[in-house]
This record gives sequence, structure tokens and C-alpha cells, in this order.
Amino acid sequence: MDARRMSRAVPRVRQVGFFTPNTPAKQPQPQSAAPSSESPPLSDSPASNSLSPVMIPPPRHLSDNLGGRTAAVPVPGRENSGELPTVGSYNPSESVLWLDSPPRSRIGDEELSEGAESSLGWYRRSDSAKFASSLPSGGFNLSTAKHPESVAAVEAKNPLPEQSEAQKEQASSSKPLKAKTTKAERRALQESQRAAKAASRAEANKSGTPGGAPSSKPMKQPPQKKDGPPVASSIAASERIGVDRSVEKERKKDLPPPRKQFDDESRGGRAKRRSVLNQPEARNRVELFRHLPPHKNGTQLPYLGSKFFELHEKHPAVYKVGLQYLAGDLSGGNARCIAMLQAFQEAIRDYSTPPEKTLTRDLTSKIGGFVSFLIECRPLSMSMGNAIRFLKSRIARLPLTLSESEAKTTLCSDIDRFINEKIVLADKVILRHAATKIRDGDVLLTYGSSCVVEMILLYAHELGKQFRVVVVDSHPMLEGQKLLRRLVVKGLSCTYTQLNAISYVMHKVTRVFLGASSIFSNGTVYSTVGTASVAMVAHAFRVPVLVCCEAYKFHERVQLDSICFNELGDPDAISKVPGRVDVNYLDNLTDKQKENLELLNLKYDATPSDYISVIVTDYGMIPPTSVPVIVRGYRKEYLLI
Amino acid sequence: MDFQVVVLAGGNSKNLTPLVSKELPKPLLPVANCPVLNYVLHQLEQSNLKDLIVVVEGEDAALLVGAWISGTFIDRLHVEIAAVPEDIGTAGALRAISHHLTAKDILVVSGDLVSDVPPGALAATHRRHDAAVTTMLCSIPVSGPLESGSSGGKDKAKKLGRYNIIGLDPSKQFLLHIATGAEIEKDARISKRILHAVGQMEMRSDLMDAHMYAFKRSVLQEVLDVKDTFQSLKEDVLPYLVRSQLKSEALLNRTPQGEENSNEKVSSQNNQAFISRILANASTPSFHGIYSENPDGSSSTRKTHKCCVYIASSSSYCVRLNSIQAFMDINRDVTGDADHLLSPNNIIGPSPKLGTKTTVGPNCRLGEGSEMGDKCQVKRSIIGRHCRIGSHVKVVNSVVMNHVTIGDGCIIQGSVICSNVQLQERVELKDCQVGAGFVVTAGSEYKAESLAKKEK
Repeated sequence: MDARRMSRAVPRVRQVGFFTPNTPAKQPQPQSAAPSSESPPLSDSPASNSLSPVMIPPPRHLSDNLGGRTAAVPVPGRENSGELPTVGSYNPSESVLWLDSPPRSRIGDEELSEGAESSLGWYRRSDSAKFASSLPSGGFNLSTAKHPESVAAVEAKNPLPEQSEAQKEQASSSKPLKAKTTKAERRALQESQRAAKAASRAEANKSGTPGGAPSSKPMKQPPQKKDGPPVASSIAASERIGVDRSVEKERKKDLPPPRKQFDDESRGGRAKRRSVLNQPEARNRVELFRHLPPHKNGTQLPYLGSKFFELHEKHPAVYKVGLQYLAGDLSGGNARCIAMLQAFQEAIRDYSTPPEKTLTRDLTSKIGGFVSFLIECRPLSMSMGNAIRFLKSRIARLPLTLSESEAKTTLCSDIDRFINEKIVLADKVILRHAATKIRDGDVLLTYGSSCVVEMILLYAHELGKQFRVVVVDSHPMLEGQKLLRRLVVKGLSCTYTQLNAISYVMHKVTRVFLGASSIFSNGTVYSTVGTASVAMVAHAFRVPVLVCCEAYKFHERVQLDSICFNELGDPDAISKVPGRVDVNYLDNLTDKQKENLELLNLKYDATPSDYISVIVTDYGMIPPTSVPVIVRGYRKEYLLI
Repeated sequence: MDFQVVVLAGGNSKNLTPLVSKELPKPLLPVANCPVLNYVLHQLEQSNLKDLIVVVEGEDAALLVGAWISGTFIDRLHVEIAAVPEDIGTAGALRAISHHLTAKDILVVSGDLVSDVPPGALAATHRRHDAAVTTMLCSIPVSGPLESGSSGGKDKAKKLGRYNIIGLDPSKQFLLHIATGAEIEKDARISKRILHAVGQMEMRSDLMDAHMYAFKRSVLQEVLDVKDTFQSLKEDVLPYLVRSQLKSEALLNRTPQGEENSNEKVSSQNNQAFISRILANASTPSFHGIYSENPDGSSSTRKTHKCCVYIASSSSYCVRLNSIQAFMDINRDVTGDADHLLSPNNIIGPSPKLGTKTTVGPNCRLGEGSEMGDKCQVKRSIIGRHCRIGSHVKVVNSVVMNHVTIGDGCIIQGSVICSNVQLQERVELKDCQVGAGFVVTAGSEYKAESLAKKEK
């Protein structure tokens, strides 16, 4: 298991840290390999270490790195902002980046922030210039991307404290030369121009240009004469090492995804292969969320429909499910997962191994094709990801001796078992557990429409408990109304309110029951947007929050915010109120005015574990801190059956 | 995709006499010099639907159509020709070939549909809703008043007959009421039950049933079996299904869930119910679901089925060739606005021989081997193959089929002249239809008449 995890985790780190497409992760290595032989391990390890606290899921043993090791880790920006109050929380890594060269010989990981502080004065001076010129946007992303590069650069220089400054400078600047002369020259020229532009001051200009120039002779002059030149040269050096590419890219497209979800590379690759749907253009999308897959709006539906008969390799059942996802006919984590699994089941039943191929491999790739089609229709939820992983592992573990029909029946029964055990039985267990927490006279609050919560309420009602339900709902999905309808029909006494009135109803509430789309291993609950507010208000009112979630939805990932991974809904949905044609204030904007308008319809948010009292799952009622245990045990269970 | 396609090509249509005859059944009626059936088959071929059943009324017609299809689509389509007796209606035709239908869903297309709406869109809608029947609606074509304005009051009555009254639910996805031309009287009967369940119904008269349906096979076969008096899909079967969508009778007991459930070997019925409830709760409920819920919330004892619509966008072209007026309109449009419908292999062959000072205006189409004399004028017209047209002939807004001989000094306006017709000198035709093989004597003038050889 561990080996498996590592193999998955490492590429993800790479992808995230160095997001330029042309194998940028390799860049530091040849560079650091050039000056001395012992540097590769050095340059490698800090890069991965400094990144890992952000990226690698299991936080337990790595989390101590987070605060202590580098002050420049971008995500937990609080520590940094404490040290450098004048600089925004994004900048610290920036400061590290180009402060690391002036106090060269003494750079260690722990000293980074000190160095930043000590020379803060001149740092700030040039700060504006550089930011203005080369880093116009997306500071956050840039810092994440640049940071590991800078550390790598530092490490590359560290092993040479005994060498003269000039040599060091030369080493760092002429590294590209060794790789390929002409390319390096071109790049150096480009950088020198950029440095000239970046450094608005004359002196920076003077020394920055030779610093970037390919020949090593003039570079002996500048180092360490004043404060200015090192800054400029370090700009050049650091930019050369990795930033320039990212900056360029930055201008073209914003925030590359921190996760696999909507990576440039994977998108490109997939688009090249075969994209079933058109990609809607990124028009007026909120900048912070541009890394997320854009919502496939309704116009895609007829397009996909018109290709109905052309996509032969997609099984009709899968196709139907995809259409339902796309049209929004089917929502809700459990339902989507079940529908997908049943479609796969049907596809497996109709499957026959083509000649010259083995079932295991061909079916896996076929399922992969289905999955990517479904992803195009709507991004998968975590639970579906888990289910797919289960299915694929089952396929991979099929004994070779099985005949095709046996294998197919085995897989179908496996899928059935997954649905029954992980969803149906799990729900029944959750019902029992949760119902013990409902007492007579309770006022239960729920948000949106979660099928588990609904079942809990109905079950408790059947048990004869006397309680009232407050259904909180929010625009634009208004899913709560569906739930409300079913509850009222069954004879529960309900109150219905919108999310913005939550603080007024909360003081009457004795329990909050919430559903979840997924729970991460740091206890963060990933659920319909609005859930976090409900949980927070409940926490403020000292109302216990019970999150009901099947264990198959648990995910080993760690997520701290709802920005880096989320799903975008139809942006037009929030500007309109169904059934109210008179609410059309946004309709008569001109195209020009609409350019100023960015609509954001997020689907999910992340609730920090602080606000959650207990998670009700099929393994019992657990605190949020116990999620990793379940994740570990669970994975073992379903992979090793 | 588990769809079977049935093309109802028809045979001899009464509406189109004298254009169609025994020798030229309706499917082969040339529209812009290629048979009308070609448009449907081409459209289906583009959608990658290559296994078709073409149903033709009458043995002779079937032979002719079969010969044409095997000549044209020989290696591209796999077509089965089924001949059914004449005058049994569309439903009867389907009933006759019912035992050939095996797929889960059946796509029924009328052979006289000239359209660029992809059939896949209809099929996708059908699948998405798991409907019993899905029908394609398109906006009623505006038959150009300019060109057809001369046709006068007779056509107005005809056009009225094409009107449909169609009731849709607010989301425009479900068909609640349909009344086609023949049965429109002063009042329409609308099921109170449906109205109650939906709450709101939108009545449209600007939509037309394009006669492209997707049926669930089981439903279609049962309806055809049980209601053996049903003659027409459009006028009997579809309205019946729409009417009964909330009280599906016993014959529709095999509703979607029933079928799926029986396929699945799930250990316990209980779990199955559980799952289906999760799925049902998660999906957006249509009024069917809400209606079928009993007041106490327990799931359905009342059977329902869904009748969905696919409304073709107004920019797409979709017309049925079911009247002479439509024939004229389609000919005009296919050469004009909607010329993308013509499959490339049917564009003009080697250019015809034109006499001196002969002008051929835009939106015209001349078949190969036609010859024209001096000082002719051809405007917005279609002239078939091997026609011989004399001098000083004027052809405006007309369709001239193959092997027609037109003498000198003829004036032809808004007319259809079928194959092998001979027009002698100085004939003037206005808004006429001349049946195949007719001979118009010299100097005669006709206005808004239908000329055909007397049947022996």
C-alpha cells in the first residue's frame, strides 16, 4: 500500500510544483549537477520536502515541516505574514526567491526568513518594480510555482560556499550554457532584456544585463558591490532558473491547477486524443477559479445529442448516464455513483474481448474511456473516483484463468456488492447510529438535500420520535424543496428557510445534520456550497454538527480550502430566478458592460473540521480527526479482498 | 447504440397526385433532381446509422425503391426493404414489420422528411428521459408568400390542415397534448388529470410534428398489438400515448424500471428498492414522478410513461413533403437557402447545352444532358435530365422533371411538369401540375389545374 501511495504521490508533487509543461521538474537537477556532484540529492530533497506539506495527503508525519522548515511555503501563509507584516501573504516566497542570493553563503532553510527581514529595506524598494513588470497577476500561484525553484537554486549554491562569488555567479548563470549553447544564448539575451525592463533603476539595469549575458567575464564585476546589483542579478538568475517560463505562461493562462483535475497537460492531451464536447471558451470567469473546468452549459447538450450515433465505443448505458449528468437530471453523490456503476455493469455485461487482447487490459482501457467521457460531462465526485478505483483494481486482480463470461459475472457481482455494501448497507448502519442522536423534542436542521439525512429523518420519524425539521435551502439549486416535499408528504413537521436566515433559526436548533460529498483525511468536509456557513453558524451557536457520510466517500487527500479543487456550476443560473421573469436586472447589460461582470457559481465548499462535532459513518460515529484511520483501513479492505 | 431505424417511405400518396404515379412512387419523387428518400437516407448515413429498414407501400413501389437504393447506396448502407400492402397506414406498416424489431428503441422516420436536424439529438433526448415516445417538433415552415402567393385560397385551406395544436409542459420537454390537423375542431379536449399534474401547459400552434419518432420498442409493439384499429402513428398512436401517459394501462406495465430491474440479479428486492429510491430522489422529478407518488409518499402504484419532445432549433431546416405546395417549397429551399442539404454527389453533372441569349438565373438547377434553345429564361426553377427546351421559353418557379420536351414559346410559371411530358408550342401554364407522360396541345392555356393522363 505504501509503495502504491508513494508512486502516486510523487508525480503529483512534480506536476504541481513545476507546472510548466516541458518537464520543468528536471531543470534544477542538471543545473545543480553542474557545479558539484553532491548537489543533486540536496536540490532534490528540499524541493520535494518543501512541497510535500502542501501536496501530499497524509499530514501526520510531514506536518511539522510545514511551519518550521521553510517560511516560504505559500499555502499556510499565516506564519509568514506574521514575520513580514508589510508584505502580503503571497510575497514571502517572493522575498525568499530573490533574497537568497545576496546573503549567499549562509543560506539555510531556517535562515530564509531572517534574511528576508534583515534586508527588507532594499527588498521593498525593488519590489514594486519587479512586481509591476514581470508579475502582473496571479501572485499566489506564482509563488507556489516559483518557490521550489528558488529553494532548489539556493541548494544548488549552497555546496559552494568556499568558492568565490564570481565563480558562483558564473556557475548559476552559465548553467544553461552547458546544456546547449545556442539556446542558452537566446535565453540569456531574452532575460537580459527582461531584466532591463524589470529593474527600473539605472544601476540595476547596468549590472543586471551583464549578469544575464552569456559570457562569464563581465560577471566578475558586479557581485556584492552594493545592494543593487545582486538584486538585479538574482532576478536574472532566479528567473532563468525557472520563473521565466512560468511567468510567460502566467500571462497566457492563469492559475494552473494544483491538482490533477484540470491540468493543462492533461487537458491538452485529452483534447488531442478525442474530446467529445467542445470546450466552452473561458469567458468572464472569475480569475481565482479559472483553473477549474468550466461548466458545460446547456448548449453542449444538443451538440452531444447530435453526435449520439457517432460515438459507437461509448456504451449506451454510459452515454445515457453522461447525458443525465450533463443535463443535470441526476445529481447527488450516491445517485451519481450508483448510476455510473450500474452503467458500467451493463457495459461489462455487453462486453466481449476483441481478438488478440486480454480482458484485463482491454476492459480497463475501455472503462477508462467511459470515465473520461463522464468527466467531460461533469467532473467526477470523490466517491465516484473511489468506486472507479475499486472497479479497476478488481479488474486488475482478476485471475487469468477465468473465462470471459466468468470474469464478467465476477465483475458484475463485485459491482453489486460494492453498491450494496458500501452504499446501501452503509446507509442503513448510518441510520441506526444517527437515529440514536435524535431525541424527542429536538429541532433538527439540515441543509440542501442529502439522501442520507433524509433517510435518517424518515427513519427517526418511523421510530416514533417527536422532532421538528428545519430545511435550509439556497439559490440556485433549491434542492431543499425536493427534500421538503418528501418530508412533508411523510408527515414530518418542517420549517423551510433560506440560507441567509440561518442565524435567526439557529438558536432554536438542537442538532444540525449535514450530508457530505466527501471527507478528506484532515477532517475537512467537502460538500454542497453553503454547508460551511451552516456549520460555522451552528458552531458559533454551540449547536452540535453531525455530518453523515458513507465511508466510501472518504478520501485520502488533504484540502484546506475550496479554491484549488472545486466545481463550477452554470454561471447563468445564479443571475436568474426561476419563475421570476421580473428579476432580470442583469439581462439588459450591453456586451461591453458584461465584460466587467464575472459570475461565479461554485458547487462545493470545504468545511474545516473545527466546526464538526462528529462524523456519522458506517464504521460508527467518529471525530473528524479519525478520518485518516478509516481511510487507511478502508483502502486496505477493498483493495485486498 | 441499440437503436433500430425504420424509414416509412410510403408509396403512392394521394396528396401528391398527379406528381406520383405507379412508375414514380413518392419516395423517388425528385427534389432538386434527386429522390426525396435520398435526403433522409443521407441524413441517417451522416449520423452513422447504417442499418435501416425501409418500408414501402406496395410491391411494385418496393421493387423500384429497392432498385434505386441498391444502386445508390450499394456499399454504404445496409438496407432492408419491406413491402407492405397499401393503405394500411403508418401504424399498420409498423405492425407488419413488428417482428423485425429487436432493439431497445426504434427510430421511426418518415421518408418524406427533408431536414438537417440530426436524428441523434432526438435519440439522445429519448434516452435521457427514458421516454416511451419522443417526437421531434419543428417550427412550421413559412411557405414563402412571394413565390406561392399566386396559389391562392386553395392552398390556404391545405395549410390550415397542417396545423397542429401541441401542449407542452413549462420546461418544454414533455408532450402533454397533441392534436393534428384532421381532428382539430372548435374545441380541444385536454385531460384534466394531466393538467392537474403539470399545473401549467403551454399550447403551441407554431410547431409541427416532423414525423420523426423514437419509440420504446416494448411500448410500441404492445400498443400496436392491442389497439389493432390504429392506423396512423401520428393521428392514433401518438395521441393515445400522450393521453394515457399518466394512466398507463396494463399494457405498459413493463415500464422502464420494471425492465431494468428484471435484468439485474440483485440479491434482495429490498436493496433494489432502496437504490431506486436513492436514484429517484436524486433526479429531478418530472410531473410523472410526482403524480405517481401516492399521497402518503410511498412509491408508485400508478403507472406512467413519458412522452418527450425534441424541439428542433428554429435555424434548422425541417419540412415534410406531403403536399404539392410543400413540394414546391422544398424545391425552392433546397436550391436556395437550405442548399447544404444536397449531398455533394447530386450537384449538377456536365453542364447542359444552352442556346444563345439564354439566361439561367440564380437558385436554378439543371440536370445533365438537357438542352435549351435560344433566348430562354429560367428563374428559380429546377430542370431535370435530358429535357429538350425550345426557343423563347420562360420557366419561372417551376419544377421540370426528366425527359420533358417543351416546345417553342412556352411560358411556365409555378408549375410542376413530370417526366416524359410533352408541351407543344406556345403553351402557357400557371400553377399547374402536369402528370407524367401527358401531352399538352399547342397553344393551350391552363391556370391552376392539374393535368394528368386518364387512368385506363
